[in-house]
Amino acid sequence: MKQHEQLFTPRRTARKITGVVFYALFLSAVVLSIAGLLTLVIQVLIEGVPWLSWHFLTNYPSRHAEEAGILAAMTGTVYLMVLTAALTIPLAIGAAIYLEEFAPKNWFTTIIEINISNLAGVPSIVYGLLGIALFVSWMNLGRSLLAGSMTLALLILPIVILASREAIRAVPDTYRQAAYALGATQWQVVRGVVLPSSLPGILTGVILAMSRAIGEAAPVIAISALVYLTFVPGSPLDRFTVLPIQIFNWISRPGDDFRGIAAAGIIVLLVILLSMNAVAIYLRNRFQTRSEE
Amino acid sequence: MAEVAEIAINVKNLNVWYGSFQALKDINLEVEKNQVTALIGPSGCGKSTLLRCFNRMNELIPGARVGGQVMFAGTNLYDASVDPTEIRSRIGMVFQKPNPFPKSIYQNVAFGLKVNGYQGNVDEAVERSLRRAALWEEVKDRLGTSAFKLSGGQQQRLCIARALAVEPEIVLMDEPASALDPIATLAIEDLIRELAPEVTIIIVTHNMQQAARVSDYTAFLMVSEERSGYLVEYGPTSQIFTNPKEERTEAYITGRFS
Repeated sequence: MKQHEQLFTPRRTARKITGVVFYALFLSAVVLSIAGLLTLVIQVLIEGVPWLSWHFLTNYPSRHAEEAGILAAMTGTVYLMVLTAALTIPLAIGAAIYLEEFAPKNWFTTIIEINISNLAGVPSIVYGLLGIALFVSWMNLGRSLLAGSMTLALLILPIVILASREAIRAVPDTYRQAAYALGATQWQVVRGVVLPSSLPGILTGVILAMSRAIGEAAPVIAISALVYLTFVPGSPLDRFTVLPIQIFNWISRPGDDFRGIAAAGIIVLLVILLSMNAVAIYLRNRFQTRSEE
Repeated sequence: MAEVAEIAINVKNLNVWYGSFQALKDINLEVEKNQVTALIGPSGCGKSTLLRCFNRMNELIPGARVGGQVMFAGTNLYDASVDPTEIRSRIGMVFQKPNPFPKSIYQNVAFGLKVNGYQGNVDEAVERSLRRAALWEEVKDRLGTSAFKLSGGQQQRLCIARALAVEPEIVLMDEPASALDPIATLAIEDLIRELAPEVTIIIVTHNMQQAARVSDYTAFLMVSEERSGYLVEYGPTSQIFTNPKEERTEAYITGRFS
């Protein structure tokens, strides 16, 4: 017993205190971040809910806060998201499949891979300027919904490609081997085994990317910049506006009333975002249970 | 037994390289039809590599090269005109670890039927394959559940059923019981014996007793100074195990080295 005490200086009290201190630190980190988010949401709800009405949802912007509505920006955002998803998802999954399953490993594919990672870090306004130059002017699409969604698609493509590649890479090679050993061609292996197994991961990437796209104002301001839009876009070539631009515009106006409808606009944005994610999460879980249970 | 020996696979001067490393050297081997042939030998002797030469799975490994001939049904598997997907639908494979797809039991068996454009009744083919793999009675009420819900031994029998569904003439098995418990192992061994009259089976195993129990013929491979695998002795299992011609074979079988 004596020998043991000479060999060690246990400092048990100090060690326990260290443990408690770090426990408290980590807990407060969680509490702080959630509290910040909660404050924001509650603040928005308190200010915005009184302004939410059928009139607000079904009317166009106005100089008078009590008459202003959000219809143009709301439909603009929904259409923009649908178009962006339709453009992004097939392209991104296709690129990810090519890079993971088909591409030979050489300097060319390495350059492509490095650049995709780099593109994921480019500020969004740069994409907006590219969109103006490439889609609006050069391709002559005008300041249209289509030009906007193509710009946003460019913005989120790298994110979805990276996430999809991760998901495809996580598919165990033993599945591929088993499929090849049954006489499957490379495409049958990808279609029958690799894609179904990686779909949940790919959908997670899509959720993250779409959540980013819906909140982006900078590139869409560059493309559209319209706030006083008194019609709902009827075709992909029509002009449009989106919720973040509308909200920004209202917030920057004087008067409490406009802050109120801005908050109401934020609620609409959050609802669209959450329902979009809910659909994606539902799809993901369905594929997960289908493949694992 | 006055049977006329038919040759399922005839290996002539087979050499395999991975990059600059020669994994197999000058293998010559005639595999008898509808018999069980065991490939045994110390680890690293290339028995799995040899097995993968029979359905051209080696070419999925970057840098792998094959020289020599593997004759199957009158053609050399490595002829430029041969489509590996056709070969693999006629020569099936079961892997070391059970590797069912993350799909239902039914979908696992039906996968090979689908990719090969099966013309018959898929339900019947699935049932027939599961029966042949001695799994039907255990799973017939839950064909729609995930293959992952099965035990390891059941999963491996499912993998055998999946391979059998494509009606292969030969089934290659790469240590099919090494990840299983003794009871599941015996079930697999019984199954191999039951299948043998209809299907040629080539099995890699590092388990001497297993080779002695299940196989009709045994090929013993060793690894040279350059780490290349070569064939030491090949013959009826009874002869290899009781009266080997080569001293090295006897030394290995009696456990003097491994």
